[in-house]
Amino acid sequence: MNILVPVVSIIFSLLVMGIILLIFFQRSGMSWGQAFSETLSAYGEMFSWPFGNVYGIYQTLLKMVPLAFVGLGLSFAYRMKIWNIGGEGQLYMGAFAATWGALFLFNGIENKFLMITLILLMGAAFGALWAAIPAFMKAFAKTDEIVVTLMLNYVAIFWVDYLVYGPWKDPKGYNFPLTAEYPESAKLPTMFNGEVHVGIIMVIVLAVILQYVYSRTSWGFNSAIAGDNQKAAKYAGINIGFYTIVALLVSGAIGGMGGAVQMMGIQHRLQHGFSPGYGYTAIIIAWLAKLNPLAILLVSFLFGGLLVGNEQLQMFYRLPLALIYIFQGLVLFSLMGGEAIFNYRIRFVKERAVEE
Amino acid sequence: MNIDSSIITTTLQATIRAGTPLLFTVLGDIFTERSGVMNLGLEGLMLVGAISGFAVSYSTGNLFLAVIAAMIAGALLGAVHAFFTVTLRINQVVSGLAITMLGTGISGLWGKGYIGVVAAQFKTLEIPFLSKIPFIGSVLFSHDILVYISYLLVPLMWFYIYKTKPGMILRAVGESPAAADARGINVFMVRYFYTMLGGAITALGGAYLSLAYTSMWIENMTAGRGWIGIALVLFATWDPAKAMFGAYLFGGVTALGLRMQAAGTTISSHILMMFPYILTVAVLFFTSTEKIKLKVGAPAALGVPYSREEKT
Amino acid sequence: MKGPEGPFAYWFNIPHLISLRKGDTVDVDRRNVLEMRHISKHFAGVKANDDIDIELKKGEVLALLGENGAGKTTLMNILFGIYKADNGEIVINGKSIHISSPHDALKHGVGMVQQHFTLVPSFTTAENIVLGLKELGFIPKTKNVESRIEELGNRYGLPVNPRAKVWTLSVGEKQRIEILKLLYTGAKILILDEPTAVLTPQEAESLFEAVRKMVADGASVIFISHKLDEVMEVSDRVTVLRSGKVVGTVNTAEVTKNDLARMMVGRDVILDIQKPEVEIGKKILEIENLKVKNDKGLLSVNNLNLEVKAGEVLGIAGVAGNGQRELAEAIYGLRKVEVGKILLHGKDITGTSVSHRIKEGIAYIPEDRKGTATCPNLPVSTNLFLKNTITRLADSTHFFIDRKKIVEKAAELINSYSIMTPSPKTPVKFLSGGNIQKVVLARELSTTPSLIIASHPTRGLDIGAMEFVYRTLLEQKRKGAAILLLAGELYEIFRLSDRVAVIYEGEIVGYAPPDPAYIEEIGLMMGGSKKAGELH
Repeated sequence: MNILVPVVSIIFSLLVMGIILLIFFQRSGMSWGQAFSETLSAYGEMFSWPFGNVYGIYQTLLKMVPLAFVGLGLSFAYRMKIWNIGGEGQLYMGAFAATWGALFLFNGIENKFLMITLILLMGAAFGALWAAIPAFMKAFAKTDEIVVTLMLNYVAIFWVDYLVYGPWKDPKGYNFPLTAEYPESAKLPTMFNGEVHVGIIMVIVLAVILQYVYSRTSWGFNSAIAGDNQKAAKYAGINIGFYTIVALLVSGAIGGMGGAVQMMGIQHRLQHGFSPGYGYTAIIIAWLAKLNPLAILLVSFLFGGLLVGNEQLQMFYRLPLALIYIFQGLVLFSLMGGEAIFNYRIRFVKERAVEE
Repeated sequence: MNIDSSIITTTLQATIRAGTPLLFTVLGDIFTERSGVMNLGLEGLMLVGAISGFAVSYSTGNLFLAVIAAMIAGALLGAVHAFFTVTLRINQVVSGLAITMLGTGISGLWGKGYIGVVAAQFKTLEIPFLSKIPFIGSVLFSHDILVYISYLLVPLMWFYIYKTKPGMILRAVGESPAAADARGINVFMVRYFYTMLGGAITALGGAYLSLAYTSMWIENMTAGRGWIGIALVLFATWDPAKAMFGAYLFGGVTALGLRMQAAGTTISSHILMMFPYILTVAVLFFTSTEKIKLKVGAPAALGVPYSREEKT
Repeated sequence: MKGPEGPFAYWFNIPHLISLRKGDTVDVDRRNVLEMRHISKHFAGVKANDDIDIELKKGEVLALLGENGAGKTTLMNILFGIYKADNGEIVINGKSIHISSPHDALKHGVGMVQQHFTLVPSFTTAENIVLGLKELGFIPKTKNVESRIEELGNRYGLPVNPRAKVWTLSVGEKQRIEILKLLYTGAKILILDEPTAVLTPQEAESLFEAVRKMVADGASVIFISHKLDEVMEVSDRVTVLRSGKVVGTVNTAEVTKNDLARMMVGRDVILDIQKPEVEIGKKILEIENLKVKNDKGLLSVNNLNLEVKAGEVLGIAGVAGNGQRELAEAIYGLRKVEVGKILLHGKDITGTSVSHRIKEGIAYIPEDRKGTATCPNLPVSTNLFLKNTITRLADSTHFFIDRKKIVEKAAELINSYSIMTPSPKTPVKFLSGGNIQKVVLARELSTTPSLIIASHPTRGLDIGAMEFVYRTLLEQKRKGAAILLLAGELYEIFRLSDRVAVIYEGEIVGYAPPDPAYIEEIGLMMGGSKKAGELH
């Protein structure tokens, strides 16, 4: 029953977006009939490639990795109703830290296992650091984390821009805003003939670990309490300040790891705009999946596919990449609206049932 | 000497121009938040205002119509937010984010055909006599008409909110919707109205960017101003006068940054661009105490959907 | 005048609080200014109002009497337009009326002063009273209004300052504003919902005076209460509700309190719980010179001293708002102590964390059990083991929990405390108030605490649940726990306590034995007019 609303939301949003595309095509000069068939074929392209074609699926998996990492990270905080909107910034900071390690700090280390571990730690550390700012503000001054994490996203993006346009710009890079390439030891091993990197395995393992933490540990138990009723948590002796800080730090750390994995897995260098808003898409993924780690994997796969499809649409139908934002907005609205209507019906139905 | 003062003058002028879109955005959001509705969708609203204003300006050549169009678009998007938060009572944070995404997406799609194109632009309108005052004249009174409208809007809103009956109703709905409801005030309608009105004014801020600040459409041209606007509303504690101060402060930081860059400072433009955001974070930290909120008459019901039947 | 004999009837004979309305001429030809016919309303399967008929005559004070949960507030909420009845009709002055909102009700001259005030904190008194009224121009000039308000207030004995900002005012003043709001708009039917819950005995008297003046001026008042003394003093007639139904309507002059009590409860007020003879042991709780601030930053506990010994129940009597909640929270660790010491088993626990105090054996049953002590969306089993990481009752360790064990142990508790729930996994918000209280009790008491802080433990419960709570607490007393009981109802304090302390403005101003002969002393101390030491 819980799955109904998310599924309907996605279907509904696809329909509405279809209508919007229809109008767009018609206004760009086609007849309604042409626009209709154009829309259908665009949808066909959007789904058949990322989910139907082997190479498309590989691309989907690649996109799934950062989405799932940040989604898992965000949900760690969301469970406690701490609204970390800073996934994007934590991703960028993780990527920055990974680059710092790979190109400078740990330059020269040949052992792949060691290098990768170190870089992962760097990513986690700096993601956590970035989240520490709103964490301490919240714990000590009760500052609302929503706007702070949002602002920090921009700071992180500009920081990376500064580096890749400035001191870290690759002298052999034809003046493009990117750094030099990572050494071999800092690249993740690959599977499927080099098409997909092991980041996908890492994120799956992470999801399983988190699922265990949520269901079997006292952290999972107590954070659920803190998320449901903070007063009751204090009353139960749970140290809210401590839990808040840890939740945000871990949330940021996971996001930062995602950035590091993205660097080591596919990007192999730090560059401007390497994330087309993964951090924001991850918010929607976390919500759709109702913060459940395994569901997050599934939904990340779906959205990864949609992003790949979106790129196809841009290539072949000259649609702007911003299209996916419309879809995401629609999904959020229909998800929330669906929940509201659903809860209303549940209350109504329950009343009836008890009366009888 | 003359060269120095002209640099200050132009920087201050740039401050006003950079602060104006922020000012409209914040003023609009003040209306919305004072009625008890939190709106994080300012970025989307501004973008929608920018593209609809630009599109209409391009097709009709009529700037006045363009402004109206932008405001209508903002009101419509605001109505969507109101529907989800006031009628369906869903989480206002989520709705605001969804508005931003929708606004960004729709403006991106619609704006595809307008990239690289130039349309009409609001020209500078020197106010007779006042603009001749040395220094102040050029800083304050040599702008386009939208800037002057923003000047007027501040005292108008201030008076409206604090000194009129509808302003009283607005404040009551935001601070204690139960009290307003008991007096026959339709809390839902009030919230819808001010969310739409706020949306319209915020959209005007976006339209300023594509109709006056520049005369083009660039995808994502708001570049985060909407987010700064959200922080500014808190910073201004929902007061129009403080909003003006805050908007120009942030405008100043931006203008200063550009100036310094133009003057060839070694500080990278990217570092400079960070400053408004860092400043916002600092401001948020220092104004987040409960005491300040109580003193100021914060819309206590902000973010909480209203339901008459909620048993306490 | 002497009342009936019997075990618990004694507190109904309080000379100074009984004032029969001698000399009142009864106007036989009083029309019914309001009738509610066949009103029914149900919530989630519970029939809050079951085919209720009531009548209000012009110029009378009708008391609506019943225990918590009898349906009084629901019925009045329907009249005031907050709820919609499932069935029935409302007739005002002979005309059948449809009331769809509080505003609608006001238009028909019906106004209600609720237990939670609806005032805008940053507005002045005058602004609150005239908010939304048509007479206000576009630019409101409150000056003319202010003098009218002052005059109105003086006329009815409800003095207010029209220019004061509401957030600075006391609860009593706020209540007066709420009443004036109604009178100002010409309400002729006024509903007062448990108005004395937040007033001192003296303030309550002023309120009754005001009610008499309003009625003399042509208003009709419905007075909701569960306190027999008030009902006897202020009303002309009483309609008694029990479990959502009308038990009967009587003329106040023709009945005794025992009659009313019987109607209210359904049987003679026997409730004969024997207090167990328990040997009082060592000091468990000692509080020395305690000062605690409330949420507004003011000192609400001010130089408080008390001690409770093992096997002893110390009842704290006092009007709500004199520091009880802050005291309870400070002892439990939820609130900072400014000055002073709290000792448990002789050890100083001031400044220690909540988790430490839980380990040391302090249990807390807070007043606001839904808001503070339970997680509404989480299952009953989780709520029963909320403190599990500390108490380790369900075989867990510091880092890991065994959910299966928790559900098992929860089932045991559900059984032994007779908690009505479809399953241990049901979210606790679906339980009724009484069962939620049982969940809190079960959790707190299953740890065999040394100190129990019980704050209004039976608020909102029906008789059966109340008896259960009393029995359970006394069981703990027998096991040697020290119990600090904070309650507003004196009869509850008398039933359970070995000693009674009176709190006023954050201090213990006196002690008394739990003997009704001392009610007047206690009442005076509660009102602040007498500070005494031990009375024997």
